[in-house]
Amino acid sequence: MGRIVLKDVTKAFGEVTVIPPLNLTIEDGEFTVFVGPSGCGKSTLLRLIAGLEDVTSGRIEIDGVEATAAPPSKRGLAMVFQSYALYPHMTVRKNIAFPLRMAGMDKAEQDRRVAQAASVLNLTDYLDRRPGQLSGGQRQRVAIGRAIVREPSAFLFDEPLSNLDAALRVGMRLEISELHTRLKTTMVYVTHDQVEAMTMADKIVVLRAGHIEQVGAPLDLYRAPRNLFVAGFIGSPRMNFIAGAEAAKHNAHTIGIRPEHIAVSADAGEWSGVVGVSEHLGSDTFFHVHQTGLADVITVRADGEVGFRHGDRIHLTPRADVIHRFEETGLRIA
Amino acid sequence: MSTKASRSAARLMLAPAVILLLGWMLVPLTMTVIFSFQRYLPMRGGFQGWVWFDNYRSFVTSSAFWPSVVTTLVIVGSVLVITVLLGIVLAILLDQPMWGQGIVRILVIAPFFVMPTVSALVWKNMFMDPVNGLFSHLSRFLGADPILWLSEASMPSIILIVSWQWLPFATLILLTAIQSLDSEQQEAAEMDGAGPFSRFFFITLPHLSRAITIVILIQTIFLLAIFAEIFVTTQGAFGTRTLTYLIYQRVLESQNVGLGSAGGVYAIILANIVALFLMRIVGKNLDR
Amino acid sequence: MARTVTTTRKSVNTILAWSIGLLIFFPILWTVLTSFKTEAQAVSDPPVWFFFDWTLDNYRTVLDRSDYSRFLWNSIFIAGGSTVLGLIIAVPAAWSMAFVPSNRTKDILLWMLSTKMLPAVGVIYPIYLIFIKMGLLDTRTGLVVILMLINLPIIIWMLYTYFKEIPGEILEAARMDGAGLRAEITYVLLPMALPGIASTALLNLILAWNEAFWTLNLTAAKAAPLTAFIASYSSPEGLFYAKLSAASTMAIAPILILGWFSQKQLVRGLTFGAVK
Repeated sequence: MGRIVLKDVTKAFGEVTVIPPLNLTIEDGEFTVFVGPSGCGKSTLLRLIAGLEDVTSGRIEIDGVEATAAPPSKRGLAMVFQSYALYPHMTVRKNIAFPLRMAGMDKAEQDRRVAQAASVLNLTDYLDRRPGQLSGGQRQRVAIGRAIVREPSAFLFDEPLSNLDAALRVGMRLEISELHTRLKTTMVYVTHDQVEAMTMADKIVVLRAGHIEQVGAPLDLYRAPRNLFVAGFIGSPRMNFIAGAEAAKHNAHTIGIRPEHIAVSADAGEWSGVVGVSEHLGSDTFFHVHQTGLADVITVRADGEVGFRHGDRIHLTPRADVIHRFEETGLRIA
Repeated sequence: MSTKASRSAARLMLAPAVILLLGWMLVPLTMTVIFSFQRYLPMRGGFQGWVWFDNYRSFVTSSAFWPSVVTTLVIVGSVLVITVLLGIVLAILLDQPMWGQGIVRILVIAPFFVMPTVSALVWKNMFMDPVNGLFSHLSRFLGADPILWLSEASMPSIILIVSWQWLPFATLILLTAIQSLDSEQQEAAEMDGAGPFSRFFFITLPHLSRAITIVILIQTIFLLAIFAEIFVTTQGAFGTRTLTYLIYQRVLESQNVGLGSAGGVYAIILANIVALFLMRIVGKNLDR
Repeated sequence: MARTVTTTRKSVNTILAWSIGLLIFFPILWTVLTSFKTEAQAVSDPPVWFFFDWTLDNYRTVLDRSDYSRFLWNSIFIAGGSTVLGLIIAVPAAWSMAFVPSNRTKDILLWMLSTKMLPAVGVIYPIYLIFIKMGLLDTRTGLVVILMLINLPIIIWMLYTYFKEIPGEILEAARMDGAGLRAEITYVLLPMALPGIASTALLNLILAWNEAFWTLNLTAAKAAPLTAFIASYSSPEGLFYAKLSAASTMAIAPILILGWFSQKQLVRGLTFGAVK
C-alpha cells in the first residue's frame, strides 16, 4: 500500500526540460519531503505523481501498478493544495463528502466517514459552515479532511502551510505529523522551508533544477551532506564555507563548519575576528564575524546569552570532528 | 491542468463553437464573393454570366457611391465627435459627488437599451414631425417656423437620433475608465500645485485616451452598420443613404445581387480594417 | 479623497447632473406618458404633461390587435432561444480556453471576436438564399440560429473572463476527488460561475431583443418580433401617436428594466476587456 516508484521520469514544458531523468522510490508509510529552492521542480514532481501533469517520458508505479497514463481520479491518491482549493459554494460537510459522492458511496456511509474525519480534525462544530466563514487553519483542516475520507494509498501535500501565519504553522506541523503517526499512510510533502522538512520527514529529497541532489533521513543529510548545495541548504543558519589556505590545511578545496559547531572565547582560539552584527535571542546568540581572513563572514551560534557586541574581538574554535570537506567539484570528501 | 486527456477534451469542447463560427464566416462570405463576380439579377433574368471585376468598378463609379461614402463619413464622424465629447463631459460630471447618483446614471444609460426602431419612430413622430411633433410646438411657441427635420435637415436628424442612442455607451465606458483612475495620482498632482484644468489635461485625459480609443473603434464598427434608424425614417432619401443602406438597396430592393455583393465586399474590407486596430488593442490587453 | 465636499458643490453637481439626465431620458419619459393619453391629447399644442385623464385605451387597442401577443412571444422566444443555445455552445468553449489554454488560445479568441465585426449587409443575400433553401425564412428557429451566431463571440468572451476568475486549483481538486469532466463542470464550475453566466445571459437577452437588421429582413408575418412590429408603424394611417407610444412602451419596458441591472456586464461584454 502506498509505495510509489518513479523510473527515469522526465518533464519538459515545450523546449525547456524542467526535470531531467529522475529515479526515486517512496516506500509505503514513509513521510517523504521534497525540498529545494523556488523553481527546483518539487511542485512539478508532486503534480506528476498526482497525475495533474503528464510525464514527458518515464514511468510511474503506484503499489506496483503502472500509473503513468492513469487520470488523477484513478490513482488512489489525495492532494492537499497550497490554497486549500475548497469548494466555496458547498458546506464543510459537502466539501468533505464530495470525493465519496463522486465514488458513488451510499449516503449513510458518506455521513459516517465525514463524521469520523470531522472528529479527528476537530471540525464537528463547523460542518454546516461555508469555507468563507472559516479561518485559515480551519480551512486547512477541511482540506485535509477531504483527503482523509478517501482513504488513499498516499497523501500529497503541496506547501500546505505557506499561507498560514508563523504561530499557526508550528501547530499545524505537529498536527500533520501526528496524523501521519496515527494513519501510517504514505505522505509526500512539498515545502521550501527546511525546518518543516527536518522536523516532519522520515526521508528528505533535496532538489535543485529538477535534479535530486540527495535523498536520506534528516539527520543523515545534516551529518553527511553529499555536496556543497545540500550542505548549504540544510541547517539554519547556513553552514560556513571556507576555501583557500585554511581548506588546504584539511586537504580539501572547501571546508564547511556549521555555526553551532564553533566555540567562542574572548581570549584564545584557532581563528580570530571582529564581531559585526550580533543577534541576541535569549535562547541563542548569533554572531556574524568579519576580518577572520577565512571568508567574508563567519556565522557563529552560541548557547544562551553571550555578551560580545559589535566591534569586539572574538576568538573561534571549530569542532574538529565535524568539519565537512569538499573537493573542487563540490562533492563531499568522505 | 494540462494533461493529454484534458487537452483532447478541451479540443472537443471548443470544436462546436469554432466550427459554427467558421461556417458562419466562410459560407456566406464565399457566396457573396462569388455573386460579386456575376451579373445576377434574380428578378430580371437571373444569372447572366461572369463579369468579374465589372461590378466592383460599377459600384464605385456609380453616381450614388461617393455621396453614400460622404454620408457615411459625416454621420459616423459626427456621432463619434458628439458622443465622445459629451461622453467625457458626462462621465466627469457623473463622477462628482452628488445626491441620487445611481438614479442619474439610470436616466443617462437608458437610451442605449431602447430598440432602434422604437427610438427612430419616437423621434420621427413625436419630436420631429412638423405638424404634431414637440419640436414644432416649441418653435411655434418661440415664434419661428417649425423645421422640417426629416426632409430638410435629414442628416442632422439621423445624427441626433443615433447620437442619443449611443451617448450612454460612450458615457458608461468613459465613466468606468475614470473611476478606475487612481485617486492618488490626482492628489499627488494637486500637492504639486496643479489646478483642476491642468489635472484634467495632464492626468485624466491621458488615462482616458485608451478608453476613448476603444469607444471610437467599437462605435465605428457598429455605426458603419446602422440600418434600422434609416429604414424606419427616411428610407435613405434626402441624402441619408449610407454605404450600408446603399448596399442593402442594391441587394434586397433593386435585387442587383452581383452589384450589391461587390458593395458588400467593400463594406467587409472596411469593417475589417477597423477591426484590425481594435483587435490589436484587445490582444495587448489579453496578454496582461 | 476623504475631504469634506461642500454642500454647495454637491448641490451644483446634483442640479446639473439631474437636468442633463432628465433631458436625455425625456424622450422615453414622454413616450410613456403619451401612451396614457388620448390621440387628441398626444398631439395637442401646447402639449399636456401630467394632468390629463389617464387612459388605458391605447394599450387595449394595441393588445387587441390580434398579432401583438404573437410579436411579443416571438421576441421572447428568439431572444431567449438564442441565449440558451449560445450558452450551451459557449460554456464548453469558454471552459476549454480558460482552463486548458494552448499557444493558440489567444488567437482563437481574437478571431472569434472579429467575426462579430462582420457587416451584416455583406452577407444578407447568401443568408437569405440559404434560409429559403432550408425553409428557415420567416421562422423563429432561423432567427434563433442567426442571432445566436452573431452574439456567440460575446457570450464566449464574457464566459471566458468569468471563468478565468475561478482558481484552477479548485477544479484540479475536483479531479483529484474523482470527478470526471462532466461532474467537474456540473458540480463545481457551474455553481461557482453562476453569477457570471447570469450576467452573460442578461446582456445577450438585451442584445438579441433589440437586434434590428436580421429581425427586420428575415421575417414576415409569422416570426416577426417586436422590432419589426414597431417598424410597421412607420407608415401611419391617421393620428396614432398614443397607440405608437403604448406599443413602444410595452416593447422597451422589459429591456429597460433588465438594462438597469446590466451596466457592468455591458462594459465587460462590449469593450472586450479593454476597459476595466
